[in-house]
Formats: sequence, structure tokens, C-alpha cells
Amino acid sequence: MDTKIATDRLRLSFGTTEVLKSVTIKVHRNTITGFMGPSGSGKSTLISVINRMIDFENNVKIEGDATIDGTSILDGSINPIELRRRVGTVFAVPIPLPRSIFENIAYGPRLKGTSDRTTLHHIVEDSLKKAFLWDEVKDRLGTSALKLSGGQQQRLCLARTLALKPEIILLDEPCSGLDPISTAKIEDALSELKSEYTIILVSNNTKQIARISDFSAFFYLGELIEYDTTEKVFTAPAEAKTEDYIQGKFG
Amino acid sequence: MRINPRFINRFVRMGLNVQAYFTVGILIIIVAIIFFKGFPHVNFAFIFSFPEDMGREGGIFPSIVGTIQLALLSILLATPLGLGTAVFLTEYTKESLFTKFIRFGVESLAGIPSILYGLFGFIFFVIKLKMGWSLLAGVLTMTIMILPTIIRTSEEAIRAVPRQLRIVSYSLSASKWETIKKVVIPAAIPGILTGIMLSIGRAVGETAAIIFTMGSSLRLPLSLMDSGRTMAVHFYILAREGISMEKAYGTAVVLVLSILLINILAYYIMNKAIARYS
Repeated sequence: MDTKIATDRLRLSFGTTEVLKSVTIKVHRNTITGFMGPSGSGKSTLISVINRMIDFENNVKIEGDATIDGTSILDGSINPIELRRRVGTVFAVPIPLPRSIFENIAYGPRLKGTSDRTTLHHIVEDSLKKAFLWDEVKDRLGTSALKLSGGQQQRLCLARTLALKPEIILLDEPCSGLDPISTAKIEDALSELKSEYTIILVSNNTKQIARISDFSAFFYLGELIEYDTTEKVFTAPAEAKTEDYIQGKFG
Repeated sequence: MRINPRFINRFVRMGLNVQAYFTVGILIIIVAIIFFKGFPHVNFAFIFSFPEDMGREGGIFPSIVGTIQLALLSILLATPLGLGTAVFLTEYTKESLFTKFIRFGVESLAGIPSILYGLFGFIFFVIKLKMGWSLLAGVLTMTIMILPTIIRTSEEAIRAVPRQLRIVSYSLSASKWETIKKVVIPAAIPGILTGIMLSIGRAVGETAAIIFTMGSSLRLPLSLMDSGRTMAVHFYILAREGISMEKAYGTAVVLVLSILLINILAYYIMNKAIARYS
């Protein structure tokens, strides 16, 4: 299969604490890859390397390499701002910007210089439809995004990311605070989206990973313990640690 | 003997009530006295005509214009300067000896009595830079005077903007400056406006620093180099030199009303900003 994102012996430490210990992984194009593992396993840190949001942390030391389409995203020639247009991120807690629904979605496109109202409207509608939110908000695009429910806010955040027209979408425990119905809507959206995007879903919820991901990676204390197709990982894991985690013996 | 907690509770609540009413009461008494003494002298002609015989007769039109000019121009100068400093201190520097030094300087500036600003303005702007008693010298002095307030309030407002909002903005491919411009400052507008309002109040109410720098001409200031007087200065001179207490209180009424008007206007703008960005 075609590799979209790869890391090569990636090591990362905050000060003296090593958070990622030589992680090598290849994430395939147009798939959903689940990153699972107990907290402190380094999965969120790994995605913050891929979108270079790690730049906003202090005392970070990185060794090894990470690439998208074969090009390193860690060397000095890459512009992190342009990279974040290609790599969209949805965080655990939905954080709408304090402005209208429309302006939340239009934020990214406007930064790119799109100011034509009709074009923006198309982008907003398209993104909201892809995030399964359009029908619920189409009559009130001008109202504050803060007035939406938690589940709607998270889909708004997904739509906002889609409006960037990224190649990759990283989701960092996107459903951790959501009810089952909202979670199902997000999962449905992601399943539709994978034909166009490469998706990494970080989650502590193994059932969710099993439901929607094509590949699963299990991280533990900064190491990649196991990585294979979801079917393989969940039915016949190679490592005892993985099996224990999936069965809920720890984590 | 143990006192019943319910009794203490009632006693404390009563005490706090009295304190609150006392504070508001004083304000009401001051405003009432000013209105009682001054309101009969305020009419259309008083507001729109020129003073005659040193202010004994006629109106206060030039001093109203002078007040607006001074407050407006100093705010227009101090706001970008102060906001810029606040953004620099909060977003572009790490806490260091240098920022501590700047912050210490800002706080010291805020504590200096206005007469010293007046004296500085007189020596530096009026004499040294040969501006003479002029609107320009007054505006520059007032700008320096209100700068600390604008910096402090803006800084606090900017600091109160959640880090997560910035992170989200960055994740949507915004640069640092775009984030500041589009997310941080809009979210901080209510706090920034509070500082601007306080500053307008200070500029409108100031006398000592103004007399030293803008002078006290009764003519209408038509250029930056003209001398003029604000309502507060006019009031001070009328009362201090025993020219006309009626006209002095009349001026005070207009002064109080304009401060009220500014506050209402500022709240209106603030609510608009909050409605737009929430």
C-alpha cells in the first residue's frame, strides 16, 4: 500500500523525559489508522509532530525523522503554517472560535486569502455537509458557534478542519466528551471521509478503533508495540501486551 | 459565649449593604449637588456660545470643543501605542529581567501625580521643543499620562484570552500575527475598551497637567498649535478665581453629562463587540 505519513526512529523528549522512544511507523494513504494506548503512551505527542503543533511546547528535543509523501516535515525548509493547511487537526475538547458558525468554518479559507462570499459559502456548505452538520445549522449560520451543543461543536471543528482542504486529518480523542449519538455521527463522517483523506484517529476507546479504523497501532510508554490491520490486531494480536490492553486488563 | 451564626450572618449582610449604599449614596449626593447648583444655568446658548468677560457671561463652547479634541487625540495616540506595548509584552517576550523592567516602569508611570506630568510637559514640550502652550503639548502630555492605564488593562485582557483559542487558530494555519489580529485582540476588546474608558475619564477630568501644557486660552483651538482649555480647567479657573460659581457649576453639569454619555457609548460599542465575537 501507498505510504502517506512515515516516521523513522523518531525520538522525542520534553526536558529529560523521553516521550517517544524510536517510533517507526508507516501510515497508509486514504485509510483510517487508529492510534491507541493508555495515557502517557505518546500517541498524542506523535500526532503533534505530524502537524508541527509541537512547536508551541517548550524544551522539546526531537531526533529521527518524520515524512509526508516522502518529504521530511522536520527539516528547516518546511513552513509549519503551510504544513498545517495540509494536516488538519481536531482536538479532544471542541473549541469554537468566539464568532459565528459561518466565520468559524471560513477562518482557514480566509487566511489563505479567499474572501469572495460565494466561494466561501460553497466551502462552508460543503464542509458542514461532510461533517454531517449542515442540516442542523443551515438556517442559522450567522449565530454564535458557542451556542451549539458539545456534539455539534465537535462536528463544527471537523468541518472547520475540512474547510482547509487538507490531505491528512488528525483527530486527538475527538469523541472523549461526547454522547453515543454524537460519537456515531462523527464516526459516520470519518468513514465517508477516508476516500479523500488520510485519517489518524487517536483514541483510548478501543471499541471505537475496532469499529472504524483500517489499521491499528498500539502504543505503550512511548513505544510502538504493535501495528497491523485492525482485524489482525483485534483478533490475533502478536504481542501479549496488546491483547491485555484490548481486553481491558490495564490502561 | 457562642454567638448564633445566623445572627452573625445577618449582621455581616447588613454591614455590607450599608457599605454599598454608602458608596452609591456619596456618588448620588455629589451628582445631585452639581445638578442642583448647575442645571438652571445650562441651556442651548450656554453650550453653543462663546464665553464673555472671562467666562462671567456667555457659554462654554470652546472648552467643550477643547475637551473633545484633547481626549480624542490623546486616545488616538495612546491606544495603538499602549496596545502595541501590551501585545509585545504578552505575546513576543518571555518573562525576563527586561519585561520586568518595562512593567516596573509602566507601574511607576501610573503612580506619578499628574502635576509632575504637567511639569514635564511644560519643560519638555512647551519650552524645550518650543511648542508653547498648545493643544499639541497637552495631547502629548496626556498621552504619556494615560499610556500606563491602557497598557495595563490591555495586557490583562490579552492574558485572559485562553491559550486553547490560540492553539486552535495556529492549527487552522494561522500565523502568530494573524492569530493576534483575528483571535486574541477581538477576544480582548472588552478589557481594552475598559482601559480606554478609564483613560477618557482621566483626560476629561484632568486640570493640573493641562494648565501647564495646553494653557487656558478661552479661544476656540483651531490648530494643534493653539492654546485652549478643557471644561475641567474652565471649571477650575471659574471657581478658583471667583469669576462665576453659577457658570462653574453649569460647566460641571455638562462635564458630568458628557462623561455619562461617553460611558453609555463605550458600553454600546463593547456589547456590539461581544455580540460579534461570541
